[in-house]
Amino acid sequence: MCTFEKRGRVYVLTLTGDGEHRLSPYVIADIRSALSLARSDSDASGRGRALVTAADGRFFSNGFDLAWAKAADSPAAIQERVVSMGNHFVHLIADLISLPMPTIAAVTGHAAAAGFMLAISHDYMEMRADRGFLYMSELELGMPIPPYFLALLKSKIPDPKVVRDMVLRSAKITADEAARKGIIDGAHGSAAETVAAAVRRAEDLAARNWNGGVYSSIRRGALPEICRAVGLPEDTEEDRRALLFTAAKL
Amino acid sequence: MCSLEKRGHVFILTLTGDGEHRLSPEVIAAVRSALARAKSESSVGGGRGFALVTTAEGRFFSNGFDLAWARAGGSPSEARVRLGSMVSLFIPLVSDLLSLPMPTIAAVTGHAAAAGFMLAITHDYVEMREDRGVLYMSELDIGMPFPPYFLAILRSKIANPKVLREIVLQGKKIGASEAARKGIIDRAHGSAAETVEAAVRRAEELAARNWNGEVYASIRRGGLPEICRAVGLSDETEEERQKLLSASKL
Repeated sequence: MCTFEKRGRVYVLTLTGDGEHRLSPYVIADIRSALSLARSDSDASGRGRALVTAADGRFFSNGFDLAWAKAADSPAAIQERVVSMGNHFVHLIADLISLPMPTIAAVTGHAAAAGFMLAISHDYMEMRADRGFLYMSELELGMPIPPYFLALLKSKIPDPKVVRDMVLRSAKITADEAARKGIIDGAHGSAAETVAAAVRRAEDLAARNWNGGVYSSIRRGALPEICRAVGLPEDTEEDRRALLFTAAKL
Repeated sequence: MCSLEKRGHVFILTLTGDGEHRLSPEVIAAVRSALARAKSESSVGGGRGFALVTTAEGRFFSNGFDLAWARAGGSPSEARVRLGSMVSLFIPLVSDLLSLPMPTIAAVTGHAAAAGFMLAITHDYVEMREDRGVLYMSELDIGMPFPPYFLAILRSKIANPKVLREIVLQGKKIGASEAARKGIIDRAHGSAAETVEAAVRRAEELAARNWNGEVYASIRRGGLPEICRAVGLSDETEEERQKLLSASKL
């Protein structure tokens, strides 16, 4: 479901196979596992790492595995499966927002709904321009959007009118448009170029040799609405003091 | 450390001398003292139609907290205690600026880093020289977490999450032209002298509007609730607003 490799200072997490990389509880668990590996591997030095998340094939991720949900025995069981994916996914977003290193999504294909949320939870997004789009499909499917999805969109996308178009019109946005609208950081000619650009950015950021704990603390402090929405507690004065002791070169 | 002069209806607070204008406890106290004088003189003068310009001599606006003083504490733990004291002492200075009963303009005549950058953007308007000097949040590079009120100031004053990201999660050094383009400051000017001139001109224009100072401060605080909360400025009560209303010309 996903592979995890280390290329120098950069961890590369890839959603494997040619499918839609639907986010079932199993795929979510697998991704969380990989993130956990990145976290513990980086713990040794505590600094100078970065993560790239990419995907094989035509899709980055098309969102929750609704087919898996619908395969359940009863309407109640279907609901339960949908809720369960949501609950697992909240933890995955919390993992990304607290990851002690810069994160870059290489959006190598369509990213819809929870799949788009996975991408946008990264610090940076590079995307292929030759095919694929960003899409919040919920309105068209008649599904409400969880508050933490909206917190992500509002905190990351500069223009409220763009957010409106995505959630209240289900606009399909290509990479070029997304770059113009400040949703993503770069649009590239192909999937390979997108991954290359993401890895290059990751290497540049890793080379700054920042302390991961401090990086995570600053990121979380800058995104309080997302933290609240996904249940990440605020850093305390003690947390900050501890970081100051271990990390600061005064 | 700092001087306060009055030119007609404009108060000019200058961080004096050729140094980095580091915000030691003494300098913070001197600035607060000057602000208190401006406030009481404006009150004596009728409480309306004044403005404040804050500027600095030399190549630096302010390079932030006095880390050399912190290090002179003798031990790593004493250094951190001293740093903590400056972080705490700066809070009431931010609070003073937010409550100052007159428009405030920062004439950024040189480098403004970390707490020095915060001092500048806590003003209502920021004019800056573009021939030299940068805005810079050095914390990530030094390995220091942000006090929450720093992030509250940045998030309230910088609307674009990507610009915020550049500043806090990349430690980018930003010159005045770029800062003006990105909406971090209001305007860029060719030299220090031109910057101060523009700031004073703006101050005179705003002072000439003859606004009630307490009302101005009330509205300013109302528009910056996140910063107010972070620095312990309590919400205005209905009673306080009624009192201001009764003094207005309806």
